[in-house]
Amino acid sequence: MNIRIPAASIALAGLAFAGVAAAQDVTGAGASFPAPLYARWAADYNKATGVKINYQSVGSGAGIKQIDAKTVAFGASDMPQKDEDLAKKGQVQFPTVIGGVIPVVNIKGIAAGQLRLNGPVLADIYLGKITKWNDAAIKALNPSLALPDAAISPVRRADGSGTSFIFTNYLSKVSPEWKSKVGEGTAVNWPTGAGGKGNEGVAAFVGRLPNSIGYVEYAYVKQNKMTYALMQNADGKVVAPDDKAFKAAAANADWNKSFYQILTNQPGAESWPITGATFILMHKVQEKPAEGATTLKFFEWAYKNGDKTAEDLDYVPMPASVKAQIEKLWATEIKDGSGKNVAYK
Amino acid sequence: MSSTLPAHEASLDYRTLAERRQEMSSPPPAGRARTGAIVDRVFGWTARGAALLTLALLLGILVSLVIGAWPAIQKYGLGFFTSSVWDPVTLEFGGLVMIYGTLATSLIALIIAVPVSFGIALFLTELSPAWLKRPLGTAIELLAAVPSIVYGMWGLLVFGPLLATFVQQPLQALFGNVPILGALFSGPPVGIGILSAGIILAIMIIPFIAAVMRDVFDVTPPMLKESAYALGSTTWEVVFKVVLPYTKSGVIGGIMLGLGRALGETMAVTFVIGNFNQLDSISLFAPANSITSALANEFAEAASGMHQAALIYLGLMLFFITFVVLALSKLLLMRLRRNEGARS
Repeated sequence: MNIRIPAASIALAGLAFAGVAAAQDVTGAGASFPAPLYARWAADYNKATGVKINYQSVGSGAGIKQIDAKTVAFGASDMPQKDEDLAKKGQVQFPTVIGGVIPVVNIKGIAAGQLRLNGPVLADIYLGKITKWNDAAIKALNPSLALPDAAISPVRRADGSGTSFIFTNYLSKVSPEWKSKVGEGTAVNWPTGAGGKGNEGVAAFVGRLPNSIGYVEYAYVKQNKMTYALMQNADGKVVAPDDKAFKAAAANADWNKSFYQILTNQPGAESWPITGATFILMHKVQEKPAEGATTLKFFEWAYKNGDKTAEDLDYVPMPASVKAQIEKLWATEIKDGSGKNVAYK
Repeated sequence: MSSTLPAHEASLDYRTLAERRQEMSSPPPAGRARTGAIVDRVFGWTARGAALLTLALLLGILVSLVIGAWPAIQKYGLGFFTSSVWDPVTLEFGGLVMIYGTLATSLIALIIAVPVSFGIALFLTELSPAWLKRPLGTAIELLAAVPSIVYGMWGLLVFGPLLATFVQQPLQALFGNVPILGALFSGPPVGIGILSAGIILAIMIIPFIAAVMRDVFDVTPPMLKESAYALGSTTWEVVFKVVLPYTKSGVIGGIMLGLGRALGETMAVTFVIGNFNQLDSISLFAPANSITSALANEFAEAASGMHQAALIYLGLMLFFITFVVLALSKLLLMRLRRNEGARS
């Protein structure tokens, strides 16, 4: 009997504690690509307001599963959900930041920004149709470069990832053969090449294998000073991967209609062709309005105060016009159980 | 109690039965406190509970794997084993590539690790000077404590290039034109693929096999070994004719432990196997995939539905392979024992 009393009181205290915590803390889960940024935003937000946001970097697929099961207040995905799927599940999505996927190469004598590629050539390399660096199609794009007579070793992601989704989505848009043979997705049936785990795995393979080509996220290229290639975009202009080019691609998307925007192969002279945004998923009807309000407050704060942090970490913030549309979405679509809008201001 | 005495001697105790019972059931006269019968029974239940819990866990895992894999089992059935298509976009799945990769890498690992571990254990127990035994033994045990991701990174960044330059390229130069060997050694010599994964696995399981072998070699009664030496046997003969037959079940147990680890190893394999889901050559240099590596890479991003079910089906397959391997080793041991009986 003596033992039971403290045990019961501990349980009670635990319950009380959990009750207090639930009013404050919010948990989200999903994509690993924006995880470093969300973690920094959450830490800064905690400093500013005392509210704790937990973000679990579990991968986009797992994030979608968790928000569907309502175990988290918000999910995060690198792959936008189709509007009809969202409507079915009663969810909304909005983009937070933009990132680019960059082809990187390891060819002796070729420096960063020298090699020029375009979509069809990239697709043919990953289809195993262009096998040598001195192939006529590559030479036509790079008349002044001395390209070796060496076999190309393509490298790609082995794990399912939003980066692969953006990349394969782009290849599907520019190559009908890729679309019919391979298609797009976070993981596809790659016809050729070795798979590295994560951006770091791909980077390690490309660094190690002579005459290889891979694709990684922009932040990874910048931080590791990798040998990136230039891309010819939808307007036929050759562009270098930088935040300006990603922003241009995002600005040219029609966000008015829907947030289901895949930013690959966007028109515009300055647009980087392999661009993508990362998204947050929330339920339209918030069963716990306090939690929903905290989540919205957090992202509102992040859009207002987080651009600098994002740029420091080599993510590209959303253009102001898109942010305004996102706030409009929050104000009109996200409601509590009784149909009232969730107040986040 | 009485069973140790033959019946006629037991009856020499002329005390009455009641007296004898009294002696048996009453506590010993002084000092030693008797543990209560209840405590004893509780202990028995706990021990039984622990054993049953293991069984229940095993069964639970099996059941949840089957439930999770059910859509894939229904759709593909046994065809899953023979199909080498793995296409998450069109949702067509077959496990042959991964099953082949898992078995091939583990087999290479065993082919390398068993002789090396045997040599280590033999040296430590029979040949090593006494002062070297302890540090060497500890060093080998320490190898077992290195996290597998370290082996993976090391394999990718350090070992892979060495393998490519000093093993794969010479092998291709030597055997490139020999019919079957040439096919085994074809493909780009980049140090990523089945061979490098197998070698990394071998390095990882050597400490386990060697430690078990050393321990069982150590328990061979010195009398047996010394008798053999006295009859003029060489170390080789002592080991093969005395130590190995005496310890064979332990040795096989150690090998199985290593094989189990090789089959289930994930991180290290993921780094060096190349994660390539096509089966277009039998080359050992070609990138491939293993069950565990596919699970680790794809599970987090697999949408629920057929992709996830197929991955769980792969997990079930691994469970099944491990079970078969264990069952085979038990069979082997039984065979060995029966032969022993026939000979003596």
